[in-house]
Amino acid sequence: MKLGEAVRTALEMIGAHKLRSFFTILGTVVGVTFLIAVITLIQGMDVYMEEEFAGRIFGVNSVMVRRTPSVQISGDPDFRRQLRQRPSLQFEDAEWLAERIETPGVIAISSTRGGRVDGPDGRSIDGVRITGASASYFRVRSMNVEQGRAFQQQEDDSSAPVAVIGRDVADRLFEDTNPLGKTIRIQGFSYQVIGVLERQGSLFGMSMDAQVIAPATSRLNGFVNNRNILDEVTYQVPDARYLPAAMVEIEGWMRIRNQLLPNEPNNFEIETAEASLAFWTRVSQIMFVALPGLVGISLVVGAIVIMNIMLVSVTERTREIGLRKSLGARRRDIVRQFLIEAGTLSGLGGLIGIGLGAGLAALVAALSPLPASLAPWAVALGLFLGVGVGLAAGAYPAYRAAGLDPIEALRHE
Amino acid sequence: MISWTEPGRANSESPLVIETRALERHYRLGAETVRALRGVDLAIRKNEYVAVMGPSGSGKSTLMNLIGCLDSPTAGEYWLNGQPVSGLTDDQLAQVRNREIGFVFQTFNLLPRATALGNVALPLIYAGVSRDEREERAAAALRAVDLGDRMEHRPNELSGGQRQRVAIARALVTHPSILLADEPTGNLDSGTSEEIMLLFDQLHDEGQTIVMVTHERDIAARAERVVTLRDGLIASDEPQVPTRLSHVPEGSSG
Repeated sequence: MKLGEAVRTALEMIGAHKLRSFFTILGTVVGVTFLIAVITLIQGMDVYMEEEFAGRIFGVNSVMVRRTPSVQISGDPDFRRQLRQRPSLQFEDAEWLAERIETPGVIAISSTRGGRVDGPDGRSIDGVRITGASASYFRVRSMNVEQGRAFQQQEDDSSAPVAVIGRDVADRLFEDTNPLGKTIRIQGFSYQVIGVLERQGSLFGMSMDAQVIAPATSRLNGFVNNRNILDEVTYQVPDARYLPAAMVEIEGWMRIRNQLLPNEPNNFEIETAEASLAFWTRVSQIMFVALPGLVGISLVVGAIVIMNIMLVSVTERTREIGLRKSLGARRRDIVRQFLIEAGTLSGLGGLIGIGLGAGLAALVAALSPLPASLAPWAVALGLFLGVGVGLAAGAYPAYRAAGLDPIEALRHE
Repeated sequence: MISWTEPGRANSESPLVIETRALERHYRLGAETVRALRGVDLAIRKNEYVAVMGPSGSGKSTLMNLIGCLDSPTAGEYWLNGQPVSGLTDDQLAQVRNREIGFVFQTFNLLPRATALGNVALPLIYAGVSRDEREERAAAALRAVDLGDRMEHRPNELSGGQRQRVAIARALVTHPSILLADEPTGNLDSGTSEEIMLLFDQLHDEGQTIVMVTHERDIAARAERVVTLRDGLIASDEPQVPTRLSHVPEGSSG
């Protein structure tokens, strides 16, 4: 009998015992569901981290200088105390660096804080990302202005009260009217809207469209951070191959600027997108190590259940086995029949698990900012494990069935 | 020469289908050894119609199992179609059963979930026959037992007689050397029994070799030879003129 035909026969058998078959494969379903859901979410996070997080938070091909790390996973109190003792990063530090760095590139400064923006007719919007930045910030962060324009270097130098607003801010404060040239109040300070950013989407559930960007030297200075203090200096090189040189150079200049002795550690952070992704790489590695154990447990339980049910099935079908043998079925024919049945049964469990797992991941993706990405290799792995569990669990019952004496089996009541 | 008055009667020139010599089969029951067969010599020629009789415990089931290649003898020899089968392995015996033996059981032993066609095609699966050919041959076998219009019915949609006819079609679909029937009418009422026995008569007329185990006199009377077992030995082996109750041919007394 061809494999396809044998599988179809097995499916008929499964269809005849729907409820029992369902409970039989529950373990496999749970195991594979879990496997697929977790892999899908981790993969989604990977894609997200590399494509979104890295580009949007750090900018492409950029080195960042900060007082403290942008992502902190260590809760060590000593380390945190050390961080608090670090000197702050000042406007002058950025200027000083800009004069000295020889690696080609563009320098940008920025500080960001949440706050409130008021528009005309008493409309206002809270929880807006308010950023004071240099004019180069738009270019370094690849932010495009779709309406109006970004502010210029001279406006930054002259502390001009001009602002570029995000899409959400424009929609909420001005609805259908043109916001360009209108006045808004950022934390109470008057600014003229000169541009609207194109839609940015969201990052970790945080809207990147509820933001305003104004010159760092304007009156926001002192609100977004202490006066003349910066969150970060970003240095963007024209090509990734300049990154190592830029890092080395910036680190050197910063140590000189902060007058560190050769044996003293850095009292600032130098970050690139890659380096900051290291924490995520570690998290995903840990998950990938823990995953097989968890999935393994449910699959082992699933295999035990399948083996039990298959043994019951062999007993129930003793006469059938005797008949088949009397009609000329050899041992291997009987083994094959039961293995295919068990493999089909739990392969079906694997398929259901893949569906449920992908569904679960999609649900998590829909309800949280976490994205999902179903990898073809994960689907293949789920199916492989499903069928494999069935074959492993079905081996002993199949062997038992094949060993039955046809005379005894035919006499079985 | 075969005349219509002596339908299908084998003669002494017909080749031997079954030949056993000093066939013995012992079972161990705890510390005791039961000698179910104690040396049976039996020769059955092509197209013979033999009834095997005997009280329970006489060894007729054991002989049946040995002839059907479901079991191997403890001692003695068995040739099936001139081929020695006493020393074959389980898998080799399975292949011999598939090619040479057509079983008909008292309890029909049909697969409840398969259609009549599927049941009849079952032995062909193990013969490695392609799906199309299996269905074709199974359909032909069902038509031969007059069930051409019941092919897609499942056993629970068929009467007892129809079920046994499906089983007979399944036994014949591989064109076996022997049709081996074990109390084929044991679960049927007398009317249906007659229907089945007529079918056996017809198959015999067409040249089929039939060995039938029964304890019913009137069923055994349909055969042309009766072998009676007692205590694991052949007590008698007599030819007889078969009785055909419903259509006794005129002048068949010769």
